[in-house]
Amino acid sequence: MTLMTRELKASFAFVERNFNLTKRYWGWEVAFLVYAVAGALAVSLIGAGQNDTRLLLTLVIGAVFWNYLSVVFSFIAETVSWERWEGTLEYTFMAPVRRYAQMLGSTLYAVIFGFVHTVVVLVVLALFFELDLSQANFGTAAVFMVLGSVSFIGIGIMTAILPLMYVERGAQMTFVLQSVLLLISGVYYSIDVLPGWMQVASNFSPATYVLDGVRAGLIDGVGTADLLRDVWPLALMGIVFIPLGLWAFGRAERYAKRTGKLKRVG
Amino acid sequence: MKWRGIQPSKVTTDHDEEPEMTGLLQEPKTEPMRAPVPAAPPSRTRRTLPEDGVPALLVEHVTKQFLVGRKRKPVTAVKDISLLIRRGEIYGVLGANGSGKSTFIRLVSTLLTLDTGKVEVFGHDIERDEMAVKRLINRVSVDAAFFKKLSPFENLAYAARLYGMDPKSARQQAIAILARLGISEKRLGRPLEQMSRGMQQKVAIARALLTSPTLLLLDEPTTGLDPRSKLDVQSFIEDLRDGHDATIVLTTHDLAEADRLCDRIAIINDGRIVVEETPEALKVLVAERHGQEPTMESVFMTFTGRSLDDDLDNENDENDEG
Repeated sequence: MTLMTRELKASFAFVERNFNLTKRYWGWEVAFLVYAVAGALAVSLIGAGQNDTRLLLTLVIGAVFWNYLSVVFSFIAETVSWERWEGTLEYTFMAPVRRYAQMLGSTLYAVIFGFVHTVVVLVVLALFFELDLSQANFGTAAVFMVLGSVSFIGIGIMTAILPLMYVERGAQMTFVLQSVLLLISGVYYSIDVLPGWMQVASNFSPATYVLDGVRAGLIDGVGTADLLRDVWPLALMGIVFIPLGLWAFGRAERYAKRTGKLKRVG
Repeated sequence: MKWRGIQPSKVTTDHDEEPEMTGLLQEPKTEPMRAPVPAAPPSRTRRTLPEDGVPALLVEHVTKQFLVGRKRKPVTAVKDISLLIRRGEIYGVLGANGSGKSTFIRLVSTLLTLDTGKVEVFGHDIERDEMAVKRLINRVSVDAAFFKKLSPFENLAYAARLYGMDPKSARQQAIAILARLGISEKRLGRPLEQMSRGMQQKVAIARALLTSPTLLLLDEPTTGLDPRSKLDVQSFIEDLRDGHDATIVLTTHDLAEADRLCDRIAIINDGRIVVEETPEALKVLVAERHGQEPTMESVFMTFTGRSLDDDLDNENDENDEG
């Protein structure tokens, strides 16, 4: 068996395991999905209340695509904290699996799960508001979704090291980072309303470019070729963040093994 | 159950580069006390183990220190430990709580880095050739670490895939191992959280054996089990020893268990190996040199300066404080 085949098979272990966990926690998954749908509806109704179709679509896109990005981010970023909580972290880290294979498996499931989750939210919102998407350029939305996924995967991997290095506080830091991304990325409003320093910070969030691009594509029908100003930062972040994340994860694992922080606590 | 063929030379995996062969155990700086050849015949027949070939586990001058608390006080958990375990051997590690047993097991399991020293598993250096070592070992810890919402089958399928096994054949092997441990197939589809602690521990043992480790690290595998489950696990370990040429490192607080199962025993006190010998030789040693009864309890008290009751009291105090 070649090294690549072995690692791909090992990656599937994480896909299958996470699928089984989703099945076993199905009650919670339904509850989270209902909450996500209700949250998206509640925000979007602000636009409906203003009788402003553009505002409505802006909010719907913000709610739907933030849902996708945050699900992908959470799944990857919580890879370590979840296992620490279950008590399986040492077992997984003792297994003969390279970390990139582990991340590939976790990422693949996160993308599939996030996509399904988001499609449900989108369908409910589309039916509820009878959205007119006749002008929409779905190709643009798809391109930005893919590019955004890659960038968010990179950030997720980098964030996953926090629970590895900080046994108790790591998961909390992850949550705070996710909240900051929500605040600065213009999910429900234009980043122009943010204070100057926050606008600067928003340039470093992939979500800013994803939402810009998707909105331009779905509301105004703009093609990807006309959105290069949003494409290249996203592509650059994807190229940089994933290798950087894997490198940082390796360093963090080494640190955890040196300081004894893989051991279950709690 | 299939076990990887253990050769008299270094065990290799099918993809990793072979590291250079290294020498045998060098003379340790602080030599643990060696018992004289037992004067009395052993209480049971011990197996004859091969003296030559690559050791299953070679540990040379290993030290591990942690920085503990807000003041980052250095605590040395393992101090200059050296030992050599031959293939097919069951090697017991005894010691009080906090003596360094579990840290030692974690070091060999690649879950901790070494501060100083060297560890080799069947000739593979655990730092330079970590992946090869990971394929040769498995560990059962005192707390059965599982995704408790998943069933035993789901947890075992996860383990099988991590180790590059086919989940279907792994399932058949798991059924056979668990049947031997007294768990029927019909119980394997329910969430693990619905199983008793003893049953969970048996599934943990099955999971470890599923990957056919050439070196099995059992870190207090019977702690907290009821007498029946404990006996099931102990007899299974005996089966492994007799029928599968397994090399096992066993840490335990159960002195009778150590006496029954282990070919040799090392006692760790404050991170150091203070004595290492066969159970019979240890008993003879405490009887002849220290005038104690020739029991494992006397051996433990003599070399750790405490009884198991003291140890349990300490544990209870710690729990109360926690």
